[in-house]
This record gives sequence, C-alpha cells and structure tokens, in this order.
Amino acid sequence: MRHLPAFVAGALFGAGLLLSGMTQPAKVTAFLDVGGGWDPSLALVMAGAIGVFAVAYRAIARRGRTLRGGRLHLPIRTHVDSNLLAGAAVFGVGWGLAGFCPGPAIVSLASGSTSAIVFVAAMIAGMIAAGRRPG
Amino acid sequence: MVDRNPSVRYLAAMSVIAPLLGGAMIGLAAAVALAVDGRIAGVSGVLGRLLVGGDGRGFRVAFLAGLVAVGLLGAAATPSAFGGRVVSLPLVGLAGVLVGWGTRVSNGCTSGHGVCGVGRLSPRSIVAVVTFMVTGAATVAVVRLLGLGGAS
Repeated sequence: MRHLPAFVAGALFGAGLLLSGMTQPAKVTAFLDVGGGWDPSLALVMAGAIGVFAVAYRAIARRGRTLRGGRLHLPIRTHVDSNLLAGAAVFGVGWGLAGFCPGPAIVSLASGSTSAIVFVAAMIAGMIAAGRRPG
Repeated sequence: MVDRNPSVRYLAAMSVIAPLLGGAMIGLAAAVALAVDGRIAGVSGVLGRLLVGGDGRGFRVAFLAGLVAVGLLGAAATPSAFGGRVVSLPLVGLAGVLVGWGTRVSNGCTSGHGVCGVGRLSPRSIVAVVTFMVTGAATVAVVRLLGLGGAS
C-alpha cells in the first residue's frame, strides 16, 4: 500500500498521454514537422503539464519535505555540460525518427504493437549501454 | 470564421481541450510523485535507474506498473488511441537505442526535462528541451527528404 500513490501517479500520467494523443507517433512527428502539416498538440500537452507542475512544485519546494515527511530527491546539477548536450541531441534524433519518447512507448506496450515492443527493448539496451560508458 | 456544423466545432474544440487536459493530468501526476515520494516523474530516469539498481525501487516499479496498467485499459477501451509506426521496424529499433542512450546520458527525457525540469525553471532542462526539439525537427525533415516515412 505504501507505493499505491506511485501507482496512481503512473496511471494518471499514462491516462494523460493517452487522452492527449501522445501514444500516436504520427502526432508527435507532426508536431516536429515544422515544414509540413504542423500539429500543435504536443505544445498544448507541454503547456498543460508544465503549468500544473510549476504551481505544485513551488508549494512542495517551499515545504521542503514530502507529505510523509521524507526528503525531496531533486536534481543537484546546475551546469550545462557536453553530456547534457550530446545526450539530448541524440535523444531528439531517436524521438523524431520513431515518434516515441519513453513514457508513451511504455504505455503503448500494452497495445501489443510490434513497434512499441521493439522500441522499448532497444531503449532498455541503449540505457544499459549508457550506464556502461567510460567516464 | 466559426463553423456552424456542431460536429466540426466539437472536433475543433476537442483538438485543443484534449491535449491541454491530458497535459494537466501529466502535470498533476508529476506533482503527486514529488509530493508523496519526493521523486521526479521523469520516465527515462524512473526506468533507467531501476535497470542499474538505483534507490527508490518500490516507487519506480509502482509508477511503471501504473503506466502499463493504464495502457492495458486503454488498449481494451480505445484501441484507436495507439498509432501505427511512422518508419520501418529496423529504424524503430535504432530510434529506441538512441532514445535510451541519449536520455540516460543527458539525465532526462520529455517528462524529466520537459515537464519537471522546465516547471522548476532548471537552466539545464531548458537547454536540453531546446536541443532535443531542434534535433527532433531536423530528423523529421531528413526522414521526409529521404522518403523514409510512411511505413505504417
């Protein structure tokens, strides 16, 4: 029961992705296709998500602890480095290629879609490879 | 000009309301994860750190289970919510490797950097989002130029 809120958060997150059409790779590539028939959906999704989270974050950060009195595990790095730039650039290429980012791909696994299964298996391999890189 | 056909107006309204509402649900979910478990709901980080045996295992497993569970529900209720692929299967596999590697090296994806990081006004995340949007758009342009799309 301790992890029920995390399960509910995951389900709510996934339901948001489904409702907003982000589990349709063509909608994602249509957002990135600035020269073609541009679909602004993804920008609206980001605006809705960032707007709600930004307000909640301020309240939670001011409190400094979780509702259970635990610690907030917030990122501590603040400087832009070459790993950030290279990783984000490579992620963008994969994202634009298949129209999948990690969240929608995992939600799409359940549809039994071959491409979602191939994508997630390859993504896990890429994550493991990143963990083994030198430095 | 406002279309007088109610179904056209409904579809036009839904094309704005559905993504905004879906986005708000994502933001609320990220707020719950931070408020209750003190964790950033960045999907690549939640999964990637689970793979290397990082802390917060219970939170990670439960959050991912929630994503999969709602996927099962969605697949049963609205199978049309899931789209086909936009490039050939080998390219989908290549894309998966790039997304897995890139998100771990840069410590975040569309949710960790895009939603949570930008929501916290983190300079690192803002730079990451601009970077992956630019390379993503460039990739879509190249895919179209080379005629690699349309595999669905």
